[in-house]
Amino acid sequence: MALEAINGVSRYHSKLDDLGEEMVIPEIGNLKNQYQLCTPDLPKSECQIGEFLIDETGRKIKLNYAHGTTTLGFKFNGGVVMAVDSRATSGQYIGSGNVKKIIEINPYLLGTMAGGAADCTYWERVLAKQCRIYELRNRERISVAAASKLLANMVYQYKGYGLSMGVMIAGWDKKGPGLYYVDNNGNRMPGNVFSVGSGSIYAYGVLDSGYRSDMSDTEAQELGRRAIYHATHRDAYSGGVVRVYHIKEDGWTKITEEDSKDLHYKYAEEKTKRSQ
Amino acid sequence: MSILNYNGGCVVAMKGKNCVAIACDLRFGVQSQTITTDFERVFELGPQLYIGLPGLATDTQTVYQRLQFRIKMYEMREGRRMKPQTLMAMAQNLLYERRFGPYFVEPVIAGLHPSTKEPYICALDLIGCPCEPADFVVSGTCSESLYGMCETTWREDMEPEDLFECISQSLVNAFDRDALSGWGAVVHIIEHDKVTTRYLKCRQD
Repeated sequence: MALEAINGVSRYHSKLDDLGEEMVIPEIGNLKNQYQLCTPDLPKSECQIGEFLIDETGRKIKLNYAHGTTTLGFKFNGGVVMAVDSRATSGQYIGSGNVKKIIEINPYLLGTMAGGAADCTYWERVLAKQCRIYELRNRERISVAAASKLLANMVYQYKGYGLSMGVMIAGWDKKGPGLYYVDNNGNRMPGNVFSVGSGSIYAYGVLDSGYRSDMSDTEAQELGRRAIYHATHRDAYSGGVVRVYHIKEDGWTKITEEDSKDLHYKYAEEKTKRSQ
Repeated sequence: MSILNYNGGCVVAMKGKNCVAIACDLRFGVQSQTITTDFERVFELGPQLYIGLPGLATDTQTVYQRLQFRIKMYEMREGRRMKPQTLMAMAQNLLYERRFGPYFVEPVIAGLHPSTKEPYICALDLIGCPCEPADFVVSGTCSESLYGMCETTWREDMEPEDLFECISQSLVNAFDRDALSGWGAVVHIIEHDKVTTRYLKCRQD
């Protein structure tokens, strides 16, 4: 038995473990155990949030999440590039143009944010804690596969409760660069090129036409930046600052943070120069 | 989402000292997808008479064409230029004709009286209810933000240069908070002897 178990530290938390007596004092519920959130006092099958909320005329109320986003990530020979926009909307109103949609989990792991902002920040913070605990217990860094699976398992526990997230987890581990897509349905898949959010269709267009596995670092960073820029231009719900990150063997680095207005006029100038 | 917000777009008009200004954004989109960024929704209907038609783009074009037809008929029959007040009544008539199946546009009229050069602005709702305030009118997808900007920046008796600055700042800062409008702007400053049209450099996201 490990020392932690003798001291009463439980190894695996799950939502179901502590339901019951713990729920009597909900004030400290998720302070002690982050997996324990207050849920509607109904059987899980009956409290699907989308159907649970009904207005006075009997119509279903659609919860208004910040869905507008463009995020992307791709693997190539030089590592992983991740790029995101920074617009937060509620309906057609632009709440902020300066959101950080790349969450720095630790120096080797990054997560992106699409869907509900609160859902993404909360669960990726819990993930950051779990990754740190893993490091302390095992004296080595967690793999990207394991980290993404931790997140997938966490959100799967709340499947049907109305979580909204589509995230990419990327990093560098023993196996080299890693990139996974995880969403609130419980999907988790590895891949070379992903884009998530309302602007993803535009980003995929640029990404697919320009992607090669033998790109140089600057080429790859520029491809990510261009894909996000074009998405911010075409998609009303994406915009603001274009942030580009690059993950290599020694961890991630922030490459650029440029306003999409500056990028637009820079690209427009380059275009006129080329045509001359 | 309301059909009035389907294509996006906004218009604002302001009174100044012996001048009026009218401005609009340039986006034509289909919900979240931006199709073009050169769609002007403010039209010239006389030497000192302009109308802005934010709303459903197809009705923007239809209402403009039908108004143009009626104005031409009026001016030929009467042999004189149309007053802004008359245009308001004509637009009201055109819109109320479709009381039970309206055009989805909320027009804004700005102009000077052809002989007295008295400034005039007004806004109509989609079935023709007029609103003729002394300061400014707004219409379109970011009307709440536009009200906020105009309430704080508008002053009485602004000269044409100040009026241009005021209307431009109000419009650009309002639609930068709105996902469905923006992507460029055009401002018309209408004075008794000339009309100045300027295109503004804007965010493109």
